[in-house]
Amino acid sequence: MEIQRIATPSGIEAWLVEDHRLPIVFVEIFWRAGSSSETDGLDGLAYMLSGMLDEGAGDIDSEAFQKRLADLNIDLEFNASKDFFSARIKTLEENLDEAIELLALALTRPRFDEEALERVRAQILASLKQSLQNPEIIASRAWFAAAFADHPYARTTRGTAETVQAIQADDLRDWMSRALARDNIGVTVVGDVTPERLEQLLEKALAGLPQKAKVATPEAAAFQAPGHVEVIEYPNPQSLIQFGHDGITRDDPDFIAAYVMNHVLGGSVLVSRLGEEVREKRGLAYSVYSYLYPLDHASLFAGSLATENARAGEALKQVRLELARMQKEGVSQKELDDAKAYLVGSYPLRFDSNEKIALQLSYIQREELGIDYIDRRNALIESVTRDDVFRAAQRLLDPEKLLVVIVGEPELSGAP
Amino acid sequence: MLETAVPVQAQEGVESFTLDNGMEVIVIPDHRAPVVTHMVWYRVGSAEEPAGKSGIAHFLEHLMFKGTEKVPGGEFSHIVARNGGKGNAFTSYDYTAYFQRVAKEQLPLMMEMEADRMTNLKLSLEDIIPERGVVLEERRTRVESQPLALLGEKMTVALYGEHPYGRPIIGWRDEIETLDDGDALQFYRRFYAPNNAALVVAGDIEPDELLELAKAYYGGIKPNKQAVRDKRPEISEIGEPVRVAHEDERAQQPVFQRLYLAQSYHSAGLEPATAIDMLAEILGAGTTSRLYRALVVEQKVAVSAGAWATTDLLDRGRIGIYAIPREGVKPETLEAAIDAVVAELVDKGVEDEEMERVRRGYLADLIYGWDDQQQQAYVFGASWGSGILPRDVLRWPEVVRSTTRAQVVSSAREYLRAENSVTGWLLPASQP
Repeated sequence: MEIQRIATPSGIEAWLVEDHRLPIVFVEIFWRAGSSSETDGLDGLAYMLSGMLDEGAGDIDSEAFQKRLADLNIDLEFNASKDFFSARIKTLEENLDEAIELLALALTRPRFDEEALERVRAQILASLKQSLQNPEIIASRAWFAAAFADHPYARTTRGTAETVQAIQADDLRDWMSRALARDNIGVTVVGDVTPERLEQLLEKALAGLPQKAKVATPEAAAFQAPGHVEVIEYPNPQSLIQFGHDGITRDDPDFIAAYVMNHVLGGSVLVSRLGEEVREKRGLAYSVYSYLYPLDHASLFAGSLATENARAGEALKQVRLELARMQKEGVSQKELDDAKAYLVGSYPLRFDSNEKIALQLSYIQREELGIDYIDRRNALIESVTRDDVFRAAQRLLDPEKLLVVIVGEPELSGAP
Repeated sequence: MLETAVPVQAQEGVESFTLDNGMEVIVIPDHRAPVVTHMVWYRVGSAEEPAGKSGIAHFLEHLMFKGTEKVPGGEFSHIVARNGGKGNAFTSYDYTAYFQRVAKEQLPLMMEMEADRMTNLKLSLEDIIPERGVVLEERRTRVESQPLALLGEKMTVALYGEHPYGRPIIGWRDEIETLDDGDALQFYRRFYAPNNAALVVAGDIEPDELLELAKAYYGGIKPNKQAVRDKRPEISEIGEPVRVAHEDERAQQPVFQRLYLAQSYHSAGLEPATAIDMLAEILGAGTTSRLYRALVVEQKVAVSAGAWATTDLLDRGRIGIYAIPREGVKPETLEAAIDAVVAELVDKGVEDEEMERVRRGYLADLIYGWDDQQQQAYVFGASWGSGILPRDVLRWPEVVRSTTRAQVVSSAREYLRAENSVTGWLLPASQP
């Protein structure tokens, strides 16, 4: 697989993997600006923008825009997360020109018609309401609110009923003109397109963006709630337990060792210590896992499980015990060898379709790992030693420090 | 234009064989990456469960990871992982499937282990008790914590009555609680055999290469005459409009759901079932569909609305409609608006333009689908599990092109009738 570097006259760089075996093109674009760079009091603005950009642009109103996408079978999606705003296209090669034109129009001349804005607002408000019956979302909100207090990371990407009510078309325009620029963009394209054609199309689509992004970059976010346990009473037969504390940044020299360590601890429910102790041996949960979650301005170690209310205390105790054991003992040579064999051997599975290749490359761009990362990655995993894992576990894990949010009617007697 | 864009080689590359012991082999070559998806499908699902044992098909699927003499003590998943593979399994009404995704070199090992557990499963009470807990937690997560899923269970009973599709695939809680190793092994010995199974491999392999491997690993397993599912009871007509409500203190807003009893590719044939698919698309797929346009955009009585069809079943399938009322809109107002959209379609039919859009969409999805080997394996496997052979899967694009407006309208008239439907509402619990 060869990754070509394309640069347009206006300075936009893109990575291209050219593949003419299927008549499909995948485009992944991101901007380094997300809900954490929103204007104060307008939480949910980036998310609302992602819902509004395919609701009409230029002379094409919402209905016509949607119809055009449907008629040409173009998937055009916008999305917002804490650190990024993104656009994604899946199209047949024969409709690529038109797909890029619609993207360009959406990015430079969005309409934000009153009708569409109110409809999308009503949809977001309904989804906010709906999420009050989703234990995972309830837990996640409370967890981030406690973990980051006044930092923008504490808020949710979708905003609150109050802030969503406040957002106006001018707010969308204002934020967009400051956030979606040429100097904070990353572009990946995979599929049936030549570099020459791609260069022209990208220039057409993106040269009209402002040259420089002008959004506030959030400050580094400190983890605020070590050791805190919060129970949110919710009439459910099961308790959803979300746990975590601060983590390790993506560019930390110990990140890969921490990643291997976490794989042994809780990287996969069928093959991990948490899976073994919580699920296999005790039948406490269907799903239990832990993960590293590096954000741009903070880093987290987190995990989750759901168990019947009566056994919530027991399940949480097992989690703490496993963290403590890992912190104290690290991993055995066999565990390390198995984890490395899996992580190295399964890496090609992330590249067996063009859609997946596009996602992987876009991730590598976002994390600034370098265009040669795919070639280097397995050697990084291979070089991890037991000492590295032990050091990473010591630095990263602390069962006493876990911020735990439980949604349900948990019985916690017996929990430490 | 699109007609020629469907990658002909990809379609022509699909081949199927039958081994001497009756096992079906389906191969879908895709040489873009040195990776394969290996799946074994059994023609047995929740619809084969004996009375009082709901959930046994799915429970057995979990227990299949517990061990054999050669691969004991839950080692299966560890060996897959150690070899750089990802694997899992799933259960439906009509089939149960096991899969691993691995680098091509590991395929023989996966085949050896999958063949081993086809007939050599060993279970003990120590395996049963925690795993039953796992399944009960799975039911708590997927059903009992989801007000909409609880409504869905009630509606499905009303739609299918005594037919086994009326039972949840995961099983009823009180029945899962009683399942033991004896139940699992009885079900296993009856249905897990090569003559009731299909091997499906997609990825970096050629048909002759796979056939040799299939013979070597699966060819020696003895067939079992008993391993054929029994004929199931007929699904009775509903006869009058049925209404179901589920009040739930967790529900934050009302949700409308409706099911119509329809047909499937297997129960009615490819052409009639494809007309049902297209009907559901026109009625409710995406933002250009009739329901979305009328309810969400024009009348503004809903925040979301759509329709779908399930036609990939052995027995009769269904058409569904869903909608969430906009704040302040009464349920009866929304329901009347939905009824009006349905009535208009039944009375006035569909437009050529709508048919064209659906056809183009299906053919494009077909091309998009070739990017994903796992999805290809899934499509051919699930079709086989619900009675549709690879040659018919490959014929589907033709069927999509030849299905007419008249066929879509006649299926609308046949199925979108109130007396053929179950209407459900999820309602926030009334305040005490």
